[in-house]
Amino acid sequence: MKLTLKIWRQANAQAKGKMETYQLEEVSPDMSFLEMMDVLNEQLIEQGIDPVAFDHDCREGICGMCSMFINGEAHGPDRLVTTCQLHMRKFKDGDTITIEPFRAKAFPVIKDLTVDRSSFDRIQQAGGFVSVNTSGNTQDANAIPIDKHDADKAFDAATCIGCGACVATCKNASAMLFVSAKVSQYALLPQGKVEATDRVLNMVNQMDEEGFGNCTNTGACEVECPKGISLENIARMNREYLHASLKG
Amino acid sequence: MTLIASSIGRKFAMALSGLFLVIFLTQHFAINITSVFSAALFNELSHFMGNNPLVQFVFQPILILGVLFHFTLGFLLEIKNAQSRNVKYKTYRGAANAPWVSRNMILSGAVILSFLGLHFYDFWVPEMNYKYIEVLPLNSERYFEELIHKFESPVRVGIYALSFVFLSLHLYHGFSSSFQSVGLNNSYTKALKTFTVAFSIVIPVGFVFIALFHHLTAF
Amino acid sequence: MALDSKIPQGSLADKWTTHKSNINLVSPANKRLIDVIVVGTGLAGASASATLAELGYNVKTFCFQDSPRRAHSIAAQGGINAAKNYQGDGDSTYRLFYDTIKGGDYRSREANVYRLAEVSANIIDQCVAQGVPFARDYGGLLDNRSFGGVLVSRTFYAKGQTGQQLLLGAYSAMNRQIGRGKIKMYNRHEMMDLVVVEGKARGIIARNLVSGELERHSAHAVVIASGGYGNVFFLSTNAMGSNVSAAWKIHKKGAHFANPCFTQIHPTCIPVSGEHQSKLTLMSESLRNDGRIWVPKNLEDVKAIREGRLKPTEIKEEDRDYYLERRYPAFGNLVPRDVASRAAKERCDEGYGVNKTGEAVYLDFASAIERYGKEQAHVKGLDTEDSALVKKLGQDVIRAKYGNLFQMYEKIVDQNPYETPMMIYPAVHYTMGGVWVDYNLMTSIPGCYAIGEANFSDHGANRLGASALMQGLADGYFVLPYTIGDYLSNDIRTGSIDTNLPEFEKAEAAVKAQLEAFVSNKGTHTVDYYHRKLGKIMWDKCGMSRNAKGLKEAITEIKALREDFYKNVKVPGTTTDFNPELAKAGRVADFLELGELFAKDALERNESCGGHFREESQTPEGEALRDDENFTFVSAWEYKGDPSQAKLHKEALNYQEIEVKTRSYK
Repeated sequence: MKLTLKIWRQANAQAKGKMETYQLEEVSPDMSFLEMMDVLNEQLIEQGIDPVAFDHDCREGICGMCSMFINGEAHGPDRLVTTCQLHMRKFKDGDTITIEPFRAKAFPVIKDLTVDRSSFDRIQQAGGFVSVNTSGNTQDANAIPIDKHDADKAFDAATCIGCGACVATCKNASAMLFVSAKVSQYALLPQGKVEATDRVLNMVNQMDEEGFGNCTNTGACEVECPKGISLENIARMNREYLHASLKG
Repeated sequence: MTLIASSIGRKFAMALSGLFLVIFLTQHFAINITSVFSAALFNELSHFMGNNPLVQFVFQPILILGVLFHFTLGFLLEIKNAQSRNVKYKTYRGAANAPWVSRNMILSGAVILSFLGLHFYDFWVPEMNYKYIEVLPLNSERYFEELIHKFESPVRVGIYALSFVFLSLHLYHGFSSSFQSVGLNNSYTKALKTFTVAFSIVIPVGFVFIALFHHLTAF
Repeated sequence: MALDSKIPQGSLADKWTTHKSNINLVSPANKRLIDVIVVGTGLAGASASATLAELGYNVKTFCFQDSPRRAHSIAAQGGINAAKNYQGDGDSTYRLFYDTIKGGDYRSREANVYRLAEVSANIIDQCVAQGVPFARDYGGLLDNRSFGGVLVSRTFYAKGQTGQQLLLGAYSAMNRQIGRGKIKMYNRHEMMDLVVVEGKARGIIARNLVSGELERHSAHAVVIASGGYGNVFFLSTNAMGSNVSAAWKIHKKGAHFANPCFTQIHPTCIPVSGEHQSKLTLMSESLRNDGRIWVPKNLEDVKAIREGRLKPTEIKEEDRDYYLERRYPAFGNLVPRDVASRAAKERCDEGYGVNKTGEAVYLDFASAIERYGKEQAHVKGLDTEDSALVKKLGQDVIRAKYGNLFQMYEKIVDQNPYETPMMIYPAVHYTMGGVWVDYNLMTSIPGCYAIGEANFSDHGANRLGASALMQGLADGYFVLPYTIGDYLSNDIRTGSIDTNLPEFEKAEAAVKAQLEAFVSNKGTHTVDYYHRKLGKIMWDKCGMSRNAKGLKEAITEIKALREDFYKNVKVPGTTTDFNPELAKAGRVADFLELGELFAKDALERNESCGGHFREESQTPEGEALRDDENFTFVSAWEYKGDPSQAKLHKEALNYQEIEVKTRSYK
C-alpha cells in the first residue's frame, strides 16, 4: 500500500503547529497503525527529519497511552479499539490519512501528537479512591457479599483505560464519561459508598477546574470509547452529584 | 451555590428549564388544536388564559423567565464549550459518532429563538398592547378571528412551518436527553426515548397542521 | 563481597512473623524526616509508594509513562493467586508455597517463597477493601478459577483484565497520597543513574523526558520497581517502553544481577507477521483447555499451505501431527509453558511451521466445537448428526468462553478462528531473573532495594501463571514497607541529603556526557536497527533452547554489535527537548550490555531447568535434565567494568522443607 499522511507537527508546547504531508510506500495491510508510524519515523530519521513524537506503550489496547485522532475520529475509523489495535487493512491503497493529536484545552500538546493528560490524574487525586490504609486485614475479602449485578456493572465502569478518547471526540471536550466511570465504579460498591458524597463533589469540581467542557449528551464518547463505557455512567454521576449537592 | 456554578449543575438547570418549556408547549398545543374544531371553545380558553390574574401575573412571568434562562444558559454553555477546545481539529468527523441534531442544538435553538421573536411580535405584543396599553374593552370573541387573520399570509405560514421543523429537531435530542441529564438512565429509558421521539414529531406537526388548516380553510 | 541472604532463623512457617517482630522500626515522628525514592509504578512500585507514604515517609515516585496508571502490570490478563481456600478444595499456604517452588523447578529461595504464599491472602483483602471489582458468583462472594500446574482453584480474577484492575487499585491508593502531598509524583521522568554516597544509595539522577533537563533527587533509600527485561529480545509481550535501565544502572553501581538467563517464553502468542513487527500479543493460556495443537505430518502439505494452495481445514485427520498429545500423552496440550514452547520450536525448526515465516503452529478448536455442539444438541434434544447445527451450537459455547480472545485474534490476524485454526507461536513474556536481593529485598548496595519483576527471588527458573501479580503486590504492600524500616532506623538523625555532593555532580556529568555523545554521533543506523539485531541474536542463540556454541557466538556477536552501536548509531534531535529516540537509545545501550551477561549466565549454567534449556543437558527423549548436584544455586553476577568481566557469586539454595524431585509430564 502507498499512503499519503498529513500529520500535525508542533515542536513544543509553545510553538505554533501545522500539518505536514509525508508519502509512505510499501505499507503492509497486516501492520498495526503504530507500526506504520514506526516505518515512517525510521524513514524520517534516515532523511534527517525529526521523527514524529507520539505516545504509545503496551500496544495491546490496555495501557491507554496511544492517542491519535485519525481521519477525524479518536483512535480512527474502527470501533472498540485503541490506535495500537487499529490495523492498516482498514485503509486502502492510495488513501490520504490525517493524523492529529487529541485536542482539548485540558490536554495541551507537548510535541507533535503527544499531549499532556495529567488533568486526568489530578481528577483521580481529588477523590478517585477509597480511603483505606494498607493493613491487609481490614476485613476479610468475603465479609461483604456484593450483588453480582452491581459487581459486574462496577467492573464494566472500571474497564476505562484513561486514554482520553471521550474528551478528544466530544465536540465540547467534556470529560464526563471518564469521570463518571470512576464515580460509578465506587458508587456501585459498598466499599465506595462511605465517601461517595465527597468523592463526586471533589472530582467534578476538579474536572471543572481543569477546563473541560460541558456534556450535551451527544453520545459520541460512548461510540468512540475503545472499551465501550456506557452513557449510563454519566446519568449515574449526575444523580450522585445532585444527591451529594443537596445533602450539603 | 456550588451546584449552579458546576458543570453538572448547569446541565441539570438546562434540562429542568427545557422540561418546563416542554410542559408549556403541550399546554399551548392543547389550546391551539381546539381552534380546528371549535372556535367557541378556543375563544373561551384563550380568554381565560389572557385574563386570569394567576396566569397573567404568575405563570406568564415564570414562562418568560424560563425562556430567557434556557437560551441564555444555552448560549453561555456553548461559548464555554467552544473554549474547551481552543485549537480546533483540521478534520473532525462528528457525523461518525453522533447525530446531527445533538451536535447542533445551538443552531436549532437559535432558529427557535428568532421564531419566538416573530411570534411575540405577532401575538404577544398586540395582545399586551390591546390589554394593558390601549386598554381596549374586553372581548371574549376576538381570539379566533385574530388567529385566522395571522395565517392568511403564505410567507408567514411558511416561516411558521420551517420553525417548527427546527423545534422538532431541538426536541428530538433535547427532550430525551434531559432525562439523562437529571440522572435517569435505566430500564425505562428505551420506552421514554420512544415517547420523546413521538412527542418531538407529533407536537410540531400538530402546530403546522393547525396553521395549514386555517390557511387553507380561511377563504 | 560475600552474599548474605539474611534469611532469619527458625522454622519456615515462623520466619516472617519472627523477623517482623524483631526488626527495628522508625517512629512516626521520624518517618517525616526520611525520604524514599521509588522508580516505577507497576504493581510493586505503586503499592510500595502508597504504603510507604501512608506510613509517613516522604516518597518521590518516578515513571517514564505519562501517568503511573500506564505501567505494564496493566496488561496482565489471567488472575492473581492467593491461598484463601474459599473453594474448600484443600488449598493452604503450604500448598501454594510448594506449587511455586516446584513450578520454579527448584531454583528459588524457600524462605522468600513461603513468605509470598503467607501474605497472598492479605493481598485479596486489601484489594477488595480498595474497591477492586473482582469477579463474583451469584451469592455475591468472590469467584476463583484454576490455572496451569496446580490442583486447586486459587486464582482470583477480573475477567481478562486482572492486571488492570489491581494496578488501578494501587494507583488509587497512590492518588490518595499524592492528594495528601505525601507522594511527589514525577511522570515522564526516567531514572538515569543511581547515586551512591559512602557506600549507600542516596539518590538518583533523573531526566525530565519533556524538557530533557537532568534532575538530582536525593533520598535515604532507593527502591527499584522497574519490571523485567524481556525486551532484550526486541520482540516480546512487554510494552514498548519496558526496559532494564534502572536495574542495569544499579548493577553497574554494585548491585548483583541474578540468574539473567531465566526467561519465560509463553507458548500461545500471535505469531510474527513480518519484518515490521514491533511487539507480540499474548493469547491467554486458558485457550489450551479446548484447543488442540498440531502441524501437518507431511512437508508437502506445509509447502502447499505456505503458498496458499491448501487450507488447514482440508488436511485430513491422519495427516496431522498433534505433537503434544503424541509426546506427552498424560498432560497432552496442557503441559507447562516451557515444555509447550520448546515442542513448538522443535517442529518449526524441522520445517513444519505453517505461516509464511515458518514460525507458527495451529491451535485448533474444531474438535472442541464439535464436542460441545454434540453435547448441546443432545441436551436440547436436537439432531446430533446435523453437522451444520452441531457446529453452530459448538461455536456458541466457544464464543461464550473465549469470545473476547477470538475477537482480538481476528482484529490482529484478520482470520476467523471459529472457521479456521488459530496460528500461534511462543514469545518472550516474563523474566524470572533480575537484581539479586536478600530476604529484606535489599540489593547488594545498602539502601537500594529491588521489588517485583525487577528482582529475582520468588519464581526460580519458571513462573506459574497468576503469580507475577501476587509477587508484585506482596513485595510492595506487605514486605518492603516492613523491611525498609529496619534499614532506615539508622537514618533518623541523618537529615536530608545534599544534592550538591560531589557524587551527584559526578553522576550527572556522566549521564550528560552519554546523552551528548548519542546526539552528536554522526551515525547511519537508527536505534531500532540495533535493537532488532540484538533481538535476533538473543532469540536465535539464547531463546527457547541454548547450546554452548551458540551462546559463545552470541557473546561475541553482542559485543561486536555494541561496539558498532556506539560508533554508528544515529539519534536525531537534541538533549534538551522531548526526544523519544534519545530515551530509546539509552535503553538499548543497556540491553546491549545485559544481553551479553545473559548469554554468559546461560553458558555458565550447563543444565536445563525451567525456562532455561541447554541442549547438552537433556534426557534421551529430549526432555529437560536438571543437574541438582552442580547447579542448585543462584548465579549472582557482580559488575567489573564490562559484562565479560562479570564475577560470579553463588548463593547456595538449601531446601529444608521440600524434597527436590524431577518434573515429568509424560
